[in-house]
Amino acid sequence: MDSGAGESSAADDYESLMSTTDAELLKSAWRNEKAAPEILNYAADLVQRSRQQIQLMEEMVEDYINDGVDPLTVSLYQIDLDRTMFLLRSYLRTRLQKIEKYVFHIQKTAEEWNRLSKQEQKFASRFAGDIKHHLDQSVLSRLPDQYQSHLRQSAASEEDDMVPEPQLDSYVVCRSKKYLGAYQLDDGGQELINIEADDLYALPYKSIKPLVESGQVDLV
Amino acid sequence: MAGTSDPHASAFSAAELEFLAEDEMIEIVPNLRMDALNFISGDFGPFRPQIPTQAPLWLAVALKKRGKCTIRAPEWMSVDKLTQVLEAERDSDKFQPLPFHYVEISRLLFDHAQGDIPDTYMVRSLIEDIKDVRFHKIGKGLESISGGGTFALKLKNLSAMEANIVRPFVTRALETFYKLSSSDMIQETDNAPNRQQTANRGPRVSYMFMLYIVKSPTDAQRQLKDR
Repeated sequence: MDSGAGESSAADDYESLMSTTDAELLKSAWRNEKAAPEILNYAADLVQRSRQQIQLMEEMVEDYINDGVDPLTVSLYQIDLDRTMFLLRSYLRTRLQKIEKYVFHIQKTAEEWNRLSKQEQKFASRFAGDIKHHLDQSVLSRLPDQYQSHLRQSAASEEDDMVPEPQLDSYVVCRSKKYLGAYQLDDGGQELINIEADDLYALPYKSIKPLVESGQVDLV
Repeated sequence: MAGTSDPHASAFSAAELEFLAEDEMIEIVPNLRMDALNFISGDFGPFRPQIPTQAPLWLAVALKKRGKCTIRAPEWMSVDKLTQVLEAERDSDKFQPLPFHYVEISRLLFDHAQGDIPDTYMVRSLIEDIKDVRFHKIGKGLESISGGGTFALKLKNLSAMEANIVRPFVTRALETFYKLSSSDMIQETDNAPNRQQTANRGPRVSYMFMLYIVKSPTDAQRQLKDR
């Protein structure tokens, strides 16, 4: 990447990192996960921290109720708690949906497999097993021999052509928090695009994938 | 399972966008005394009667519903400002800067704090008009997307809701262009397994969309040369 605003960015990064709350981070993790075509890295630490915060807050609300704190205050804390729990649940659920959709692809791609948490891997294995079993039982076992694979159309196929894969060249809408300068769009081309702070762009996901992973760009 | 289509036709629901908008800050004037609240989402308050303070919209609405505060309409939601925006919106091809969540914010305020907004009816109809003009512009913008080699689209000043609505069309149209312009397209179509995809995509959307800066390779090169 050719970044025009190189010098100040390291300090900015640090500053913005320090001032970003977990709630913000969870929100952008959720947004990115929802908008990205493929499954992203599991935000293990963030989920861990959010879980702890939620638990703490639950205990606190419990205490407040027992201590007879003003019901209005309690209800406000409860709303905040509900909002955070919604984000966390929706984040995890979005990931599960992607896993269900691309399970065979994720299973055979080590890089993507490693993006899952331990529990997700367990889920994926069981889900893949169940689906395979179901397909075998209901259809495949009754087909002629060369058509019995759940991954290939027929024994003549050269590769697994019945495995849905995420479309990495699909377009996403994204927004950068700061000016990124001229950014090279595609592998082969000379096209440059000036990514400016807070403007929306529709770009192919694969060309900005590194920016999403490093948190420089948010999907919206 | 096989051949499932586009994974993110519309990434967010209207309710989810509203959820995001509820984190935007707004000024409230509480009429109760309450200590600072240390939420997971941040610290707010303390609240003192008649002393204006900042709060996220969801908190403001929650307090408002219980009659514990009045909400101050944001600056951009005044008749003066909105009239200016509407005029500018009509005069120019460009989209005027408005808060990213202006649709959701105004909707929430109209639903829950109507009495706190000066000139409610005027403000409401101005916002409706602005929305209409912008949508019309979006519609018009579609036509200019047509040329081949469109790689990226800058959606300057488009709001969250608008972007979410145009997303399915824009992304699909761009994808189609991208495929058509890539040199290995012919081989790709020979690869039979992607059966139904080609059938129901394609030209149907291709002339439909665009918003206002189109960067084709030729455009980009021309711009570079000009400098």
